[in-house]
Amino acid sequence: MASSFTRILSSKRNVGILSLVGGSVAAGFLLHREHVTAGEPLRRRYPASAEYPDLRKHNNCMASSLTPAIYAKLCDKATPNGYTLDQAIQTGVDNPGHPFIKTVGLVAGDEESYEVFAELLDPVIKERHNGYDPRTMKHPTDLNASKIQSGVFDERYVLSSRVRTGRSIRGLSLPPACTRAERREVERVVVDALSGLKEDLTGKYYSLTLMTEQEQQQLIDDHFLFDKPVSPLLTCAGMARDWPDGRGIWHNNEKTFLIWINEEDHTRVISMEKGGNMKRVFERFCRGLKEVERLIQERGWEFMWNERLGYILTCPSNLGTGLRAGVHVKLPRLSKDPRFSKILDNLRLQKRGTGGVDTAAVGGVFDISNLDRLGQSEVQLVQTVIDGVNYLIECEKRLEKGQDIKVPAPIKQFK
Amino acid sequence: MAAMKNCHNDYKMKFSVDEEFPDLSLHNNHMAKVLTKDIYSKLRGKSTPSGFTVDDVIQTGVDNPGHPFIMTVGCVAGDEESYEIFKELLDPIISDRHGGYKPTDKHKTDLNFENLKGGDDLDPNYVLSSRVRTGRSIKGFTLPPHNSRGERRGIEKLSIEALSTLDGEFKGKYYPLNGMTDAEQEQLIADHFLFDKPVSPLLTCAGMARDWPDGRGIWHNDNKTFLVWVNEEDHLRVISMQKGGNMKEVFRRFCVGLQKIEEVFKKHNHGFMWNEHLGYILTCPSNLGTGLRGGVHVKLPKLSTHAKFEEILTRLRLQKRGTGGVDTASVGGVFDISNADRLGSSEVDQVQLVVDGVKLMVEMEKKLEKGESIDGMIPAQK
Repeated sequence: MASSFTRILSSKRNVGILSLVGGSVAAGFLLHREHVTAGEPLRRRYPASAEYPDLRKHNNCMASSLTPAIYAKLCDKATPNGYTLDQAIQTGVDNPGHPFIKTVGLVAGDEESYEVFAELLDPVIKERHNGYDPRTMKHPTDLNASKIQSGVFDERYVLSSRVRTGRSIRGLSLPPACTRAERREVERVVVDALSGLKEDLTGKYYSLTLMTEQEQQQLIDDHFLFDKPVSPLLTCAGMARDWPDGRGIWHNNEKTFLIWINEEDHTRVISMEKGGNMKRVFERFCRGLKEVERLIQERGWEFMWNERLGYILTCPSNLGTGLRAGVHVKLPRLSKDPRFSKILDNLRLQKRGTGGVDTAAVGGVFDISNLDRLGQSEVQLVQTVIDGVNYLIECEKRLEKGQDIKVPAPIKQFK
Repeated sequence: MAAMKNCHNDYKMKFSVDEEFPDLSLHNNHMAKVLTKDIYSKLRGKSTPSGFTVDDVIQTGVDNPGHPFIMTVGCVAGDEESYEIFKELLDPIISDRHGGYKPTDKHKTDLNFENLKGGDDLDPNYVLSSRVRTGRSIKGFTLPPHNSRGERRGIEKLSIEALSTLDGEFKGKYYPLNGMTDAEQEQLIADHFLFDKPVSPLLTCAGMARDWPDGRGIWHNDNKTFLVWVNEEDHLRVISMQKGGNMKEVFRRFCVGLQKIEEVFKKHNHGFMWNEHLGYILTCPSNLGTGLRGGVHVKLPKLSTHAKFEEILTRLRLQKRGTGGVDTASVGGVFDISNADRLGSSEVDQVQLVVDGVKLMVEMEKKLEKGESIDGMIPAQK
């Protein structure tokens, strides 16, 4: 069993390394479809114009960037694993979107998708990440938590603090495209590595297929258990196939460090605790991530990463840091102020309900987190959240005393 | 046609059977009962000329473990060739689903409505409406789980051309799902003609809702008694219906309309998929053979609560559904009663069973109304 993976990996990792150091020419040669399929055409009996999707009613980043010319150029290509453009865009074709909410509308099936379909992905990335140009810019990675300033919030306002990201295992296809064997291998690699974590990070793995009813109930009570995706954004991309095979949850005994396996990404890594000590949450986050990385490297694996896109994840919206750092914070007065949205915008923050994305706030408690993912480092983004939340709390306090508040100047971005 | 390469499947072959074989330990569907590692091993390296593989066939069954009481099929065909290339898996499933139908059996097709006896005298006080539906697949195109946007649009175009040649009682109009006016949509809903994007995971996991509503539409005749769905669960679903109990007339229109449509498709060198072993080829193995469901909405408030109701239905080779169709409940004692069989008997045979069986059940209902026993009327197994 191990041997088939070793064989594939030796070629895969060379590709990965070459794209890091060898430049686009070498990577391009290895990735070109003909090199893999010996010139055989993909199944297509109609010209590209007959296959081009009807995107007239669509409002997502894919629909904005996919011109008939780009479609015609890319529709006969495939990554070395056989992932195609039609597969990548299927979720965006099936989900036209909402006039107010612009979704991304495409996914990557593997690391090479970002290269083979770059002509579509680069403009999508640019639109989604506020002008970040993958062709010319480099993404900074910085997991040095000691650089964080202040970061302990007033607990009369901040109820909980959390930082999450995702990591993909290089050499294995991503959730939209992975086979059952690949998914099970992701599970094996990660669980094996996690069993090497020590001290406050010591923990246990709960496989979705094997957990007992008692374990399931406990995970639900802790708000750790994730469910089969129901959002058509995910199901249309094929991420729920074979559920719950190969899926599970790992967490440390202290319940402050949690890893989801094979949900929307290979792994989602979460550090959290009640209260306002974001500094400690981020410190544990960085330490845990670095330790997991060391453990998988010991076993001959590595994370998908490159210097133009940072950490490679399934959805282009999560490239770069893949990081969402946030708090649950009580802002009953500020949230009713008409300037609230503008203040958040200028601070580069976003609000969500306390149930997560696409939920409503309850009792004036909001989930406030960073808007950006790509083009700034982890340290920079977490600092942005800390500074921003401190400002929001100051506003709330001022409103409590009947004082007026100011809309802050917009924060400069990478451009 | 040159074989198309499925390079994703080639990539997958690097993993062993044990690594790829699905976990079916909690599953209750026909596919899960039949699929062994041995069969999987033999079939996983194959693909149809259009690139459909055994993993594609079984995905819906892997994703939908099923229900302890209801046995779903758990697999679909991606094209005509699926039934040949994956016969080692599909033949036993077909046998389980279609009462022991053997790989060597031949299926009889009979769309001669004159062979139906009676059927024009079902009591309209009990039989509220009559309906016959079937599906047809167009040769040369792959099926809804697998077809590309170009193919689906090609099917739609050909269907519109064929249907527009119909005249007389069949003269009608096509309403594409993506392009109908609000007024047209409301009328189609009021007529109970409009079909929606599939929500059942049995269908969505098989990829049948991709690109919705591109290439989908509804055609019906001006009289609203003959209806064709384009690119829903099959290339075509053909429906003949009317209020009341004249199943004979419904079946006549069904047969005549189908044959007219088939002639036009044949002229374009795209006849219907059919062979003498499996009859009409459709996406779901449960619809092979005639693909026919002939049924009525019938008031049976007393009979339906009788202890022997289920047994009577079984002996008559009929099945009950709620008036909303499959997987719905009955309302006010009104049931949808239709033929249970699809493969191994002809269209005429199956509609005859419905006509005879419903006639008998209405007589039973009348007896029960008078407080009389129906024990002497319980039929033998058909």
